[in-house]
Amino acid sequence: MLKNFSGKGEQTVLESISYTSDYEFSNGCRAPPWRQIHGEICYVLVKPHDVETLCITCSAEGVFLNGGKTDNEGEINYERKGEIYKDLVTFLKEKSAKFSENMSKQEKRFSDKKEKKEPTNEPPEKEEAAPVQKAITGSGKRTLEKNQINFGKSQMTKRLEPSLRWKATVRFKEYRSLLRDPQEEKHRRRPERSGPPVKPGRAQLVRKSTEKIEEIVSESSSESEEDEEPLDRQEANADLPSEYWQIQKLVKYLKGGNQTATVIALCSMKDFNLAQETCQLAIRDVGGLEVLINLLDTDEVKCKIGSLKILKEISHNPQIRRNIVDLGGLPVMVNTLDSPHKSLKCLAAETIANVAKFRRARQAVRRYGGITKLVALLHCGKSSAELAQSSLYDARDVEVARCGALALWSCSKSYTNKEAIRKAGGIPLLARLLKTSHENMLIPVVGTLQECASEENYRAAIKAERIIENLVKNLNSENEQLQEHCAMAIYQCAEDKETRDLVRLHGGLKRLASLLDNTDNKERLAAVTGAIWKCSISKENVTKFREYKAIETLVGLLTDQPEEVLVNVVGALGECCQDYENRVLVRKCGGIPPLVNLLVGVNQALLVNVTKAVGACAVEPESMMIIDRLDGVRLLWSLLKNPHPEVKASAAWALCPCIQNTKDAGEMVRSFVGGLELVVNLLKSDNKEVLASVCAAITNIAKDQENLAVITDRGVVPLLSKLANTNNDKLRRHLAEAISHCCMWGRNRVAFGEYKAVAPLVHYLKSDDPNVHRATAQALYQLSEDADNCVTIHENGAVKRRKMENLFENCHLCQRKVETHLRCVARSARDGSGSAAGVMPHGLHRWKCSVCTVTRRGSKDASSQ
Amino acid sequence: MNYGISDNPRHVGLELGYLRTLQCVEATLDMDQKTLKKLVESISNTVKNFKKSEVECLIRLFHSLVERANVRLNNLGLDRNAFRAILHSVFGMTDDMLMNRVFFVFDKDHDNCINVKEWVKGLSVFLRGTFEEKLKFCFEVYYLNGDGYISREEIFDMLKNSLHQQSSEEENDEGIKELVDITLKKMDYDNDGKISFADFEKAVREERLLLEVFGPCLPETKIQCQ
Repeated sequence: MLKNFSGKGEQTVLESISYTSDYEFSNGCRAPPWRQIHGEICYVLVKPHDVETLCITCSAEGVFLNGGKTDNEGEINYERKGEIYKDLVTFLKEKSAKFSENMSKQEKRFSDKKEKKEPTNEPPEKEEAAPVQKAITGSGKRTLEKNQINFGKSQMTKRLEPSLRWKATVRFKEYRSLLRDPQEEKHRRRPERSGPPVKPGRAQLVRKSTEKIEEIVSESSSESEEDEEPLDRQEANADLPSEYWQIQKLVKYLKGGNQTATVIALCSMKDFNLAQETCQLAIRDVGGLEVLINLLDTDEVKCKIGSLKILKEISHNPQIRRNIVDLGGLPVMVNTLDSPHKSLKCLAAETIANVAKFRRARQAVRRYGGITKLVALLHCGKSSAELAQSSLYDARDVEVARCGALALWSCSKSYTNKEAIRKAGGIPLLARLLKTSHENMLIPVVGTLQECASEENYRAAIKAERIIENLVKNLNSENEQLQEHCAMAIYQCAEDKETRDLVRLHGGLKRLASLLDNTDNKERLAAVTGAIWKCSISKENVTKFREYKAIETLVGLLTDQPEEVLVNVVGALGECCQDYENRVLVRKCGGIPPLVNLLVGVNQALLVNVTKAVGACAVEPESMMIIDRLDGVRLLWSLLKNPHPEVKASAAWALCPCIQNTKDAGEMVRSFVGGLELVVNLLKSDNKEVLASVCAAITNIAKDQENLAVITDRGVVPLLSKLANTNNDKLRRHLAEAISHCCMWGRNRVAFGEYKAVAPLVHYLKSDDPNVHRATAQALYQLSEDADNCVTIHENGAVKRRKMENLFENCHLCQRKVETHLRCVARSARDGSGSAAGVMPHGLHRWKCSVCTVTRRGSKDASSQ
Repeated sequence: MNYGISDNPRHVGLELGYLRTLQCVEATLDMDQKTLKKLVESISNTVKNFKKSEVECLIRLFHSLVERANVRLNNLGLDRNAFRAILHSVFGMTDDMLMNRVFFVFDKDHDNCINVKEWVKGLSVFLRGTFEEKLKFCFEVYYLNGDGYISREEIFDMLKNSLHQQSSEEENDEGIKELVDITLKKMDYDNDGKISFADFEKAVREERLLLEVFGPCLPETKIQCQ
């Protein structure tokens, strides 16, 4: 609170005020636990204007000066050195004259607001409830000019606002601080800390450094969504609903009654509409949550059951979830999982499933050993499900396993939990449960698998446990939710070729194709199209899909679908269009116009897939005509400006076939104003994929002499040369191709030599990739028309000639070319620089090759020159 | 989904545990084998929840208990005090009033004494009763005056001690009254101010936790959760 008034200039009451520790325990205290027993809440460093920095202890009794910070490791000397004051303000008024003077000024200035401010200011505990504020350091700007004073004033009024808002919610103060806690917690969660920190000073340092890392290491896809949920609510509603008072009465009986009264109260509380937010919050606001959680600690089974039944319902509310976690509800529930009472186990697991919808809760479940216990619940179902499924007794076991799976599903949204489940031996159990025929059991089981399949480890295990077979089997179920999760799981798993083959072998492709016909359930459709996309990465699967007429259906789905579906549909089409037949099919079904239309979207994932699909279609000259007519090339070109590197790269790749397959491609390319400059500038990117794709595009652009002239003017040669020192084979290949094509203009050959592109290029020949060899040989051939380059090649290449010969044993074409080449080079070096340019082309004419079309064209060009 | 108290009749481990406790008390007993057999036969015909051997065991137990308790009296059966002592020591019941009531329910012929048939029959419900049997048993425990209804006053009586930490007696009474209202609101479906068996059955079927709504009168659920 007082932070509001510290900072700049003399107008402020304090120079600075801050906590000694940024770490705040869940009870709102900042003092370390062993000091909390003495009633101490936090330690504050205050720097008034006229006195030295004071280190103050705020305790339940009041505020007093402590021994100050000792030098070693920021430990605080907890010894009391001064009198106890009732609050911080009185304390500071006593200690610093300046403070009391300025404070009274402040009070005058904000006299109208003072009343609201004061009550919250008094007890030091309430400081804990202040919204997290940036530390205000006055050290930087301490000039006392008049115009600054005005500035300071307006600043202070602004800062006062939060504290005013505070007053309005003073009744909910407790809950607010609880609500705020998760924000704090976000910074706090980190793997290396398992318990509360011992040294506040160090904790702060650790925190700073880990904060950043935490941000980068985002956990699972769906992980962070809920953490961002707005926590502030309108809490100013003055008239409370009648339920509020009734619930308050019931909570009173929960608190003050024996078992009988408690059960009655619990039962009638259950009669309220617990799905309603008013009731949920009413239970919380009258302190019901604490009681309900406390009941879980008792021995009364009936009370526990009743309490969990209510907790299960109200934990659908995100705020309540947080409160339950803050009140330490999870460890108790996790312990309840050990109960021999099956109903209790089920209820506890179900409640955990509801609560563990956000990161901190999932972490807590893991920390208290919940994952192992939940996995053990799956065990419980296993034996029974196998023995007999008919009797009542087994039905209960199945129910336990179902609830366990449900809770694991919730927990499995974070990476560490996935690992914990795997380590606890969850996968074989899940695999076994997958063989049962209980639909409500299968959904959470498949859901868990689907979440977990994002991890490589799991995918391997899923393969090992033969889960795919069962996933495919359950795809045939009538339950739409189950179908959805199965398809999602397949989508996740099908990154791997073997899995894709398994899906085909178990007949999953046909079912997937048939599920495309029902487009009402968008979530399911998205999952199904996703699975089709990933499966269609395998050629054999694409053939199957064509057989099942899935391509036509997919084209039909290109319009009027939500983005999640479109991304997958387009992705699938992009894979399918690698086949000639499918390209024709897509064109005949009218798939190209909607694809080109999608190029104007904004969704990154969608754009990547659309550009890929359009690029695949553009391989077909007939399709290319349609794309050109629809102005698709221009759209692709403009995507080069997209901020996402993936989109840029994908667009550049797609442009290559477009340029190749358009008549008058040169004319078309020139028609894009500023287009060539844009492409050349992309060579400055630091993304390898973008660079490779742009090089490929340049290769194609450079086939037109006029365009080559333009890009040369734009400085393509130095930019390409700069990239030469790469070790990425993909980039090397396309770079070499681009260089070889760019050599066709003016004195570019010489320029490449001058920019030192030649020597690194020679070293590309050491690569293992034959594509790189071919492209490099081609480039070197072009470059060697310049005598100086020949010398460079010779110097770099001749020494390693033997080595190269060994390398090229498998590549007949390259070998001969290089050999010839080196021979020429060697000769040129011997004869002197002048003759090399003349000798080279003739030397190579003899090895016109039908495989390497580029070489042929290159040599033709060379001879015509 | 209802997670109420189990009505599963196969509590195998449960009664054995109880019986074992009881057997500790069992003295060697001289009893005419023939009479015993006959008795077992006749009781087994009416009581389905126990096996014959178990019935025999219970009869022996009954006699040993009777012998112990009624040194002064004739060997007629268990009187109220003796029965209450058993309820307390073996079944962990504490509420005097409810123990009395359980006694009255056991004592079908209202002679203030539980004979061997009543003993076995009562225990069969007590330990292995089906949900319906227990429902009936509890209802019988809760209605006192025999009119077939649990009245407001009776509820008040039974809940009298269910609140603690109330300061004055007046406040306490006020609290209990409200609790009674809450209960009636929940369970009195036909709104006649008292709870009929139909009301009771409906409420309990909806929420199993309400089976022992006015106080524990069955062996503790803690042990029942096998």
